[in-house]
Amino acid sequence: MPRPIHHTAPEKTARTLVVLGSGGHTAEMLALLKHLDMDKLRPRTYVIASTDSMGAQKALAAEKAFSASKDEALDHANIVAIPRSREVGQSYLTSIWTTLVAAWAAMAIVWREAPELVLVNGPGTCIPLCFAAHLFRLFRWGTRIVYVESIARVESLSLSGKVLYHMRMADAFVVQWPHLQQRFPRSMYRGSLY
Amino acid sequence: MPGHVLVTVGSTKFDQLIQAVDTEAFAAALHERGFDSLLVQRGNGEYIPHVLLHKGQDEAQLSSGLKIEFVQYLPSMHTYMEAADLIISHAGSGSLFEALSLNKPIIAVPNAILMANHQEELAMHLDRLGHLVSATPETLVQAVRKLDVSRLKPYPKGSPQGIADAIHRLMGF
Repeated sequence: MPRPIHHTAPEKTARTLVVLGSGGHTAEMLALLKHLDMDKLRPRTYVIASTDSMGAQKALAAEKAFSASKDEALDHANIVAIPRSREVGQSYLTSIWTTLVAAWAAMAIVWREAPELVLVNGPGTCIPLCFAAHLFRLFRWGTRIVYVESIARVESLSLSGKVLYHMRMADAFVVQWPHLQQRFPRSMYRGSLY
Repeated sequence: MPGHVLVTVGSTKFDQLIQAVDTEAFAAALHERGFDSLLVQRGNGEYIPHVLLHKGQDEAQLSSGLKIEFVQYLPSMHTYMEAADLIISHAGSGSLFEALSLNKPIIAVPNAILMANHQEELAMHLDRLGHLVSATPETLVQAVRKLDVSRLKPYPKGSPQGIADAIHRLMGF
């Protein structure tokens, strides 16, 4: 068959890593994903905490949220689990070890998935992943990190937010209150999810 | 103010709020304001109501006429929120913004034990903006008595579109 003379450029896509966390974080992430162009943000990998028994359902809910009209849920997506660096109440001594384990797992995920976009909104598991992605792009340019601070944060940043903001790791650092944006001038305010 | 009051702690554990609701003073304040029914989702806590209810029961009608019911979980919070004339909620962002989107009068009670959740920060801010009233388990009765619904302003619902556009632009779409 003859090739068409005018061919359109292949559609631009971006391999995307989405980090899911506790109920509140996940609900905000779902609200955002519904408004993103999922035909372009693919393939998608959802990262959940290995101790989160609901994690896989959350990822499935995320996929269903925007493919409701299609029957292709999880066609362009997969789910990976990462150990938590620190459980609530865990001692500091053992957290050194578990943090190393989490960091190693984060490296493995980032190297394997080679994401062009890392989308995070604050659960603890996002810190090792962002470090890994930040390290990864020293070797291979092009990974963007987008951090969306929780709408519950009005006066101050969360721990994850502080780490990413002060270490300048996010290419877009989004807050959801104009007042908070004024306090952190390198952040951006583009309205709120709710 | 006629009608129905919904109290929810979501799926969290917030015994201080359930305990504050399970008092004669709270029931009297609801009656005084003309409410005739109370439904409480007590969630994951350990406190079992025993002041307004007899042991082993989960509903009752008080001599004032106030009907009360305590359940652990409601099948669809959204439906029950829609049916409520006043929502008293823990200050989790999910519950608060869901209630705000329905444009219902809200008394938000932050759970002080969940420091890391910053519930108080959010509740106080929305209170300052006039979208709801923030209270504590200790001031809840007072908050019900003084509630002036006419002073509450509707919350202008946000949209994720602006944030989504910024991400698309960053990715060169």
